[in-house]
Amino acid sequence: MLHEPAAPTGVDHASAYKTRLGVVLFIVYALVYAGFVAISLYDVTILESILFCGLNLAVVYGFGLIVFALLMALVYSGFCTRKERELNESPKAKKSIAKKAGRAKKGGAK
Amino acid sequence: MMVLAQVQSLSVVIFFIFVAFVLGLSFYLGRRAKSAKGYFAAGGEIPYAVNGIAFAGDYLSAASFLGICGMIATVGYDGYLYSIGYLAGWIVALFVVAEPMKRLGKYTFADALDAKFNSKGIQLAAAISTLIVSICYLIPQMVGAGALVKPLLGLDHAWGVIMVGSIVIFIVATAGMASTTWVQFLKGGLLIIFSTVIAIMVCHRGLDTKPDQGGTVPYYEYKTLTAQNGTSPLKLSEADAKDYQVLGQKTIGEGDKALTFVKLSQRVEVKKDENGVWIVPLKERVIHLETIGEALDRLVKSDTRETRVIDGEKYTVIELNGRKVLSLDEGNMDVIDGVKYYEEGGKIYIHITSWWKRSAGATENDVNLDETQWVTARPDGGTWINGEPQSEENQLLQVGSITELNGKTDAKSGPVGPFEFLAELSRKDTRIRTWKSANFEDGQDKVTVYYPVIKSGNQIMTPGQKFPLREGWIKKMDFASLMLALFFGTAALPHILIRYYTVRTPACARKSTIVAIAAIGFFYILTMYLGLGAMVNRVVNPASDNMSAPLLAKSFNSVLFAIISAIAFATVLGTVSGLIVAASGAVAHDIMDRFGNLKMNEKQKVTAGKLAAFTVGLVAIILGIVFKGMNVSYLVGWAFAVAASANLPAILMLLFWKKTTAGGIVASIIVGIIVAVGWILLSPQMFERYGKLASDAPLPFSSPGIVAIPASFITLVIVSLLTQKKTAAAKA
Repeated sequence: MLHEPAAPTGVDHASAYKTRLGVVLFIVYALVYAGFVAISLYDVTILESILFCGLNLAVVYGFGLIVFALLMALVYSGFCTRKERELNESPKAKKSIAKKAGRAKKGGAK
Repeated sequence: MMVLAQVQSLSVVIFFIFVAFVLGLSFYLGRRAKSAKGYFAAGGEIPYAVNGIAFAGDYLSAASFLGICGMIATVGYDGYLYSIGYLAGWIVALFVVAEPMKRLGKYTFADALDAKFNSKGIQLAAAISTLIVSICYLIPQMVGAGALVKPLLGLDHAWGVIMVGSIVIFIVATAGMASTTWVQFLKGGLLIIFSTVIAIMVCHRGLDTKPDQGGTVPYYEYKTLTAQNGTSPLKLSEADAKDYQVLGQKTIGEGDKALTFVKLSQRVEVKKDENGVWIVPLKERVIHLETIGEALDRLVKSDTRETRVIDGEKYTVIELNGRKVLSLDEGNMDVIDGVKYYEEGGKIYIHITSWWKRSAGATENDVNLDETQWVTARPDGGTWINGEPQSEENQLLQVGSITELNGKTDAKSGPVGPFEFLAELSRKDTRIRTWKSANFEDGQDKVTVYYPVIKSGNQIMTPGQKFPLREGWIKKMDFASLMLALFFGTAALPHILIRYYTVRTPACARKSTIVAIAAIGFFYILTMYLGLGAMVNRVVNPASDNMSAPLLAKSFNSVLFAIISAIAFATVLGTVSGLIVAASGAVAHDIMDRFGNLKMNEKQKVTAGKLAAFTVGLVAIILGIVFKGMNVSYLVGWAFAVAASANLPAILMLLFWKKTTAGGIVASIIVGIIVAVGWILLSPQMFERYGKLASDAPLPFSSPGIVAIPASFITLVIVSLLTQKKTAAAKA
């Protein structure tokens, strides 16, 4: 199988930021997920509590984990896209990328 | 009968047209996009929303549609745990693994690991891991395929598996990997649309204590007999003793978990229907006896016995399998096709040996005997179902119903909203009849009994029916282990991350992923309605729950059933093709070419890949037949556990821990595989597969993640620390 990107990507100044943000959001989601597992292990009858519209905690938490995952993915994408524009596409960033590319070219010629 | 046959033919036609269309599209687009450039240019041109649905089509395999819905249909909320875990795993892949892997410049597990160290050991270990995870993932897809073709085409499970395996091997060997974004988009989109339609129909049909599938199948009330407690042999109540006679009983298991099944002889009258055809009423079905009608007419009209007396014993001459044999005289009786028919007072009866589950009665002096279904494997190789030989008419009956709705035994809700549907089923005073099975030997017969277990709504709608959360901590670990494996498994599956990189820009990739998460998440919410809909509408096959969602569709409409089956079948074909290509690539490219340094030319590499695909396909066919009847999602849970144990520690530590060494990675992959696969092979669930008791297994629970993942991490850290000096020295 071919394991390559759709298009070649250049220098990404936002990658460190994206990695940091990803790890933070992962920890937040993991804690919420672990909360569901912990309640089930500690006393599963807690999940029988009716919260609203006759729905119990198990259903609300279970559906909530899916909706929360989508919300976090939206937040992650929004922040990453903003940072990529700021660091990779602003005139200052483009100058810096061009400078780096030039240096790399010179280095290669040596 | 005629109308039914026409509807079924229509279903088969729709099924084949759809499958042919998907295959044709796959071949056409695959031929157009043979080169890497073409393939990825297409990826760049496709809108992110379409690509996102294609992600969903790729991810929602047989495990999601057949497995999760089937498990919810039999054990309730525990099946939904897989929905939660599969989606959460996608988040781990997006947040933790995707971006750093992209920064590393590599896009698969094997490539990323090998790029940093260029180690032969890593190449081999990563290839073996890819191979094992792919095969673990292949098994449930093949099992799902076998389950699909049986009700649609009438083929046996084994033939279904062979059919899928052969088609896929043909595709892979002739066209290569022809699965395209548009095909996945089509499958994913249609699956979500039609699942939504079924969920709406389930809510519209509502809840009923006497479900009749919209009036198409008559409701059957399972009986409960009463007997006196403490009597041996068990003494039946006067009313029940007229038609039933106690023959014996069988107890399996020990202590609180002991189950007792009582063997009864049940007298059933054989009579003529309004058309003059002899019939046997067997539970909710009627078995037609047209072929032996003349023999039964003879039996009821006159005493046709030819008798002989030998040593004072009177024998009847009967015809059995075309030969005349002697049978101990039992009155006016004839044996036809191995079944004894008795004439008494101008009526014909048969005696059926039936199994009843013993349970506590209303008072201490009583015991209840609950009606079951049972399959008997005879020593002559014959299979009998519910006391009669297995036939097209005589199959296990579909089960699953509400016995009390809001405390009422005769209630019908009418159409309900989506929240109301779940709320009504969550009530303590709603009771649902679920089914379990037990195996034992009765003389030379091997008996499988399917018996009812009544659960309250609050039990069904919380975890704990499959995973024992109300027992000790060791038993609870099965649940914790599964949730851990599902959470970490997705990011470690060889074929998942690849799709993240098949669009032009990182922003497009992320947007596609969000569309995918929205689509997959929405589908997983639907699984709750499909699974519970099957549970209360008597569409669950007690021997295998994998077909619950398609059979639920069938309870509404045969055409809907054909479409849903075709979509599921196409999904299986797509997933299996991808997995076989991935596995054959691991053999031909990673092991033979790179690790073995065989220096093959392009043509030889393609031949090696095709041979590997053929072998892997064959292995998948065999395993797909062996694992018949096991829940598809449960099997995929094992694939996730193996992937999470073997691959994820290596990926995470490589990305986030600078002291990771090649030795550490190789050791962690090997330990992860051995512990995970070894744990599965010695698990209680596998012991049942071996034909032994689950309690005989040396391990307390089946899911290996909670042991294998930490073991793999610890191994990586220890071996990496021990090999630091060598690495430093090598650098110097």
